Amino acid sequence: IMADDKDVLRDVWFGRIPACFTLNQDEVTEREAEPYYLLLPRVSYLTLVTDKVKKHFHKAMRAEDAEEMWFEYEGTPLKWHNPIGVLFDLHASNTVLPWSITVHFKNFPERELLHCPSNSVIEAHFMSGIKEADALKHKSQVVNDMQKKDHKQLWMGLQNDKFDQFWAINRKLMEYPTDEGGFRYIPFRIYQTTSDRPFIQKLFRPTSPEGTAHTLGDLLREMYPVALPTDGEPKRYQVVIQGIEPLPETPLQWLSEHLSHPDNFLHICVTPVPSD
Amino acid sequence: MPVSLLWAVDVYGRVYSLSTAGQVWEQCRDAQMEFKRVTAAQQCCWGIACDNNIYLNIHASDLPVRYQEETYENQRWNPVDGFSERLLPSDRWQWSDVTGLQHQPLDNFRLPSISWEWEGDWHADENFEGEPTEKGGWTYSMDFPATYTKDKKWNSCVRRRRWLRYRRYKAMDTWAKIPPQQTMLPDPFSDISCGGWEISDEPSGRLSLWAVSLQGKMWFREGINHHNPEGSLWEEVPLPAEVVQISCGPGDLIWAVLWEGQFIVREGISRDCPKGTSWAVVDSPSPDVAATHVAVGMNVVWALTKDNKVWFRRGVNSHNPCGSGWINMVGEMIMLNVGLNDQVLAISCEDRAVYFRQGVTSSELSGKTWRAISVPRDGDRSHSSASASSLQSAGCYFCGEVRAQSVVSDVESDTDKGSLDGASHLVASISPISPESFVDAPTDHSEEPIDTPKARIPKVTSDSFISELVSDREPGKTTREDGLSGPAVLEEEPIPGEEEVEAPTVVDSADTCSLSSVATYTLAIEDQYGADEHPLWAWVSGGGCSVDSHSQLNWFNSLVQSVQSMSLSVTPAQTAAWRKQIFEQLSERTKREMDNFRHYEQAIEQSVWVKKGTMQWWRDWKPHKWIDVHFALEQFSGPEGNKDGILFIYYNFYEEKKYLHAFINEVTILVPVLNDSKHSFAIYTPERTKQRWPIRLAAATELEMHDWLALLSDSCCNSRGIQGPPSKQAAWSVTCKGDIFVCEPSPSLEAMPYPTPCDQMFWRQVGGHLRVVECNSVGIVWGIGYDHTAWVHTGGYGGGFSQGLASSTDNLYTQVDVKSVYIYENQRWNPVSGYTNRGLPTDRYMWSDASGLHECTKTNMKPPSPQWTWVSEWAIDYSISGGTDREGWQYAADFPGAFVSIVCFLLHRKSKLTSTGPWQEIPPISLIDVTILPCAAQSSVDVVPLWAISNKGDVLCRLGVTTLTPAGFSWLHVGTDQPFKSISVGAASQVWAIAKDGSAFYRGSVSPQSPAGPGAKMYCWYHIPSPGKQKLKQVSVGRTSVYTVDENGNLWYRHGVTPSYPQGSSWEHISNNVRKVSAGPLDQVWIIADKVQGSQSLSCGTVCHRLGVQPVEPKGQSWDYGIGGGWDHITVRGNSMEPPRLPSLTAPAPPSPLPVRNMEVNGNAVGC
Repeated sequence: IMADDKDVLRDVWFGRIPACFTLNQDEVTEREAEPYYLLLPRVSYLTLVTDKVKKHFHKAMRAEDAEEMWFEYEGTPLKWHNPIGVLFDLHASNTVLPWSITVHFKNFPERELLHCPSNSVIEAHFMSGIKEADALKHKSQVVNDMQKKDHKQLWMGLQNDKFDQFWAINRKLMEYPTDEGGFRYIPFRIYQTTSDRPFIQKLFRPTSPEGTAHTLGDLLREMYPVALPTDGEPKRYQVVIQGIEPLPETPLQWLSEHLSHPDNFLHICVTPVPSD
Repeated sequence: MPVSLLWAVDVYGRVYSLSTAGQVWEQCRDAQMEFKRVTAAQQCCWGIACDNNIYLNIHASDLPVRYQEETYENQRWNPVDGFSERLLPSDRWQWSDVTGLQHQPLDNFRLPSISWEWEGDWHADENFEGEPTEKGGWTYSMDFPATYTKDKKWNSCVRRRRWLRYRRYKAMDTWAKIPPQQTMLPDPFSDISCGGWEISDEPSGRLSLWAVSLQGKMWFREGINHHNPEGSLWEEVPLPAEVVQISCGPGDLIWAVLWEGQFIVREGISRDCPKGTSWAVVDSPSPDVAATHVAVGMNVVWALTKDNKVWFRRGVNSHNPCGSGWINMVGEMIMLNVGLNDQVLAISCEDRAVYFRQGVTSSELSGKTWRAISVPRDGDRSHSSASASSLQSAGCYFCGEVRAQSVVSDVESDTDKGSLDGASHLVASISPISPESFVDAPTDHSEEPIDTPKARIPKVTSDSFISELVSDREPGKTTREDGLSGPAVLEEEPIPGEEEVEAPTVVDSADTCSLSSVATYTLAIEDQYGADEHPLWAWVSGGGCSVDSHSQLNWFNSLVQSVQSMSLSVTPAQTAAWRKQIFEQLSERTKREMDNFRHYEQAIEQSVWVKKGTMQWWRDWKPHKWIDVHFALEQFSGPEGNKDGILFIYYNFYEEKKYLHAFINEVTILVPVLNDSKHSFAIYTPERTKQRWPIRLAAATELEMHDWLALLSDSCCNSRGIQGPPSKQAAWSVTCKGDIFVCEPSPSLEAMPYPTPCDQMFWRQVGGHLRVVECNSVGIVWGIGYDHTAWVHTGGYGGGFSQGLASSTDNLYTQVDVKSVYIYENQRWNPVSGYTNRGLPTDRYMWSDASGLHECTKTNMKPPSPQWTWVSEWAIDYSISGGTDREGWQYAADFPGAFVSIVCFLLHRKSKLTSTGPWQEIPPISLIDVTILPCAAQSSVDVVPLWAISNKGDVLCRLGVTTLTPAGFSWLHVGTDQPFKSISVGAASQVWAIAKDGSAFYRGSVSPQSPAGPGAKMYCWYHIPSPGKQKLKQVSVGRTSVYTVDENGNLWYRHGVTPSYPQGSSWEHISNNVRKVSAGPLDQVWIIADKVQGSQSLSCGTVCHRLGVQPVEPKGQSWDYGIGGGWDHITVRGNSMEPPRLPSLTAPAPPSPLPVRNMEVNGNAVGC
């Protein structure tokens, strides 16, 4: 039996990464802090889903020693404003699970991370992502036609992990005129570990001027050609979206509709193939 | 949208067609000769060939073109011979027509043309007014002419019987010559145009065909209809001046171009006068430039002037066929055609490519931009010798006017070849590959000024003379820089009125020699590009081409590989490697990242989710009315991830806040109730079903209602663990609004003695809009729309309001249905003023519905619900039962009663609903009934018998229906002597049908091997007398049971059906107030009943289940009442699940289906 495309949406939404949070050695504690194990939603944001982690470690410390919490993996501070799945695919995709994340309450890396004093900052960030994506997809027409409560429903859906609640609204953002073959532009971001640039993001249409569907391969050829394998050479890069490696011939429009994060962006991670 | 064809003729006279699903021009190989012009309708294409004869190409269809010839044999009784052919001198002929006035012996009947063949020999009609005569078809009377009875009486002095013979049109998919009319020639035809099929509601086949001759005369082809596709004769149409070209639209628009360069517009066209009555003259768009060409559609007129400018006529409609003003459009064209849906096609004068006007919609009839159709022809690179013979030219008529001089000059101006000798250049250019093709110069070649005797002007090129003759086109002005590529937004320059039209750039009048320029221009191009380059088109016709602005066409870039045709069950995209990879990797991801960590804590805790809104509620207490309420759905995750919920309605009762609630898992159905412009829906629970009083809610907007319905329906399905497509066992039902519902039967639905109560069945909606759904237990589901279109279920689910979430993402298609809305106009005769629309106060409203009780006016009448939009104007309906006069009026003594002094006429207007659903259209035959063999097939390739009745009453059998190909591939036509209206095939392949006259028929000799019976002959039908003089309406055959419903709502069971006597012995009355019956493969019986009394209300159109049906008691005992009212149709023929049996020693053995073999033998014995 052929699975339905709708199952992909569910799989994407309910993707979870098992994580083990351990407190940084240098933190001043009153008693020993046990590691904390948690299933993290791939499509959510670290600071949105780690209240329990914060509470857990706060119990082991004095309140005045706990500044803003931040996370690090093998020396890299984790940018909360990227979806959890992206952080994992980019930095830790070849690690042994659970994903071991170090928790810090001191020495906030100001140059690398944005502060996240409250959930409203995450909400603002998330909504700006949705609006930017819709600007690319529909010249902002869909998102502007929505009411404030619809916007709220998108956010609440993400915050409370309500697939139906989220998709009841998000489906409108995924519509496009049938005679146009796709969105105006595909909202995508390409992340790489080998560069200081945060990501690559340019205008790219889902179809060629002749009307043929653009594929993931077409996108990479234009944006990041080295990510594509060359004939006769061993593969050097992994191209990972939502923890999987779609084939280069996968239509980009389909990917955008099905493998985008809730912010409506297709987040693509390009990482070197592990040497071993 | 079904596949249809665009027709075109290239400059060599070769006819090509391009499929709306295709990407290649396919040459019409059948045409042995070349054609000058073609004009297409959906079912056929007409053409003028180079022999100047008219040819007709009817597309093969599963429904044959068949004509019933009849004649009457008359006899008189005398004491010596009894009844004999010895008639009195004052009597009619021994063989006559029905009136007796026409002498009609059997051998007087001749086939109308060689395109026809006889289907069989003459036979006597055994049926008389729905009853079998069983006496060789004789009917008796006292004398001619009088009324006849089927029984002989003491005073029966004369008798007669009807003989029938069928002839069939055999020349399908081939160009068949229309026999020329002796009185007409030698003036050959130069232009032809067909249309007019929308003038009346008659089944497709009736059309108007207009032709223009070289001398400028006009002809109308009389009598074209489905049974007489060739028409009967040409009638000359009087003209004010000589005509050069004509265009006839699908409706009542007909425009023609005069030689002098003006237009004439036909007026007075109606159903009774498709030829029209008079001409009005419309001037050319610009005073100095003559019009050369016109093309009309349903509501549009496009025209060309001799400077090749394109013009769009503003303000054209049925009331004003002349329109009001011209708008100049971008582009330079030599020919235009308006196809179906007012879509526009054109041939550009620059490159002779066919252009399609993009963006033509009913609100923007002038479209947006021209786009070249760029697909290759089949067999490109291999056509030069074929084209050579086409050089014999109908353009010989003009040869004398061709001047070599201008040939040279034009070639010079158009090509880089420099100064070639005109004649030799012609030779070279016409046939760059095969010079030997220039053979047999026609006798008139001496008239040609060209030296080389072998050179000929290509025929169709010369044909385009006809349109170009009047276009004094400047040879040097072959514009390549301007025209087609202008920005779409800027292209129109509206011109207020005809008088104010500014003259477009005046053509250089110095050059008057123009005729040859067109021909040689074409030739030069041909030379330039070589034979394999762009095809050069001379003519295009979109009259059969069903596209609109939403159609997905692959005509515009030939680089794309030909798209694989979509199969119903598996689309290429679904099988693509990339998709497989994604599914596999996602499942690996789940294993890798989640399966070993399920015991981890979830980062986000689940909680109750509430959605609130405001709505209106039809309050429970009297007086009932809509009141504002707050509505809330609270959802929570049950154990095992099942979601459940409660819905609350908060209202005020005398200042007191109260609420009403319903558990989501108790909701049995959500029914959209769109009427009186409220976006309302009804929520039923078993309790509410018993009361016949649902919770009725109305949302503020359609969108809000759809959001709520989608959410509630998703929530209900979730709470019951129902997802995905309907099962093969599912029961399907349809409401009177055309909404489709499906129910998964519980295993104990047919259990004895305690079946699942009917009111507990959960129904969910499936997208789409249908009048009838039929299914069987292997999952083949067919539907019929209000417009009689046949649809097959694609295996998907959702659609309609539940876009997105609760829908399959594939297998959903757009579905369009069309419904006619009727109102009556009533007028009372008044001694002073005659019939007026000033009635008496006690009369019906001037405009009313069928009952006369509700006032409807043309302006206040709304489409059936907010989902519907009008697609036509009010028009008189002539098909009203009881007959109408020529204006559609019906007469009666008083309302209601026998019509004498009051007249009333029926107006109808079409409305259209567009929805989405898991349905795919099965063109082209319209159906009124369909039935599928209910039992289980052994394998997915087993052919499943499927029978249907076309909207003309023909019995059809679908070939190639299997579980993999539920649509089948073609229709087999099964002969009958009369039109049918209902059909049903039982589990043992026994077929029962109801004729339009209300009589029942049983068909013998049906077996899975030859589903239609031997040779599909008509006399395999065995006439079953109707019960108690009732006219039957519908039949349903289960495993062995046969049930019928008559027009008075009685349900009848066929008694005495046994394997050895399958037609049974008598009818037994079961129930009244029955609208429809469905007997299933377990012999279970379900009906739609009227007048079911609930505790609070009465419901009409209620789903009911027959209880107590057992092998020993097949009629059952009583009714159990389910969902309703407002239901129109149900089918339970998918449910073949034997119910669980109570462990009981006395339980009878499960009955086995009738052995099919037995049936065959017996069928043969009785049926044939």
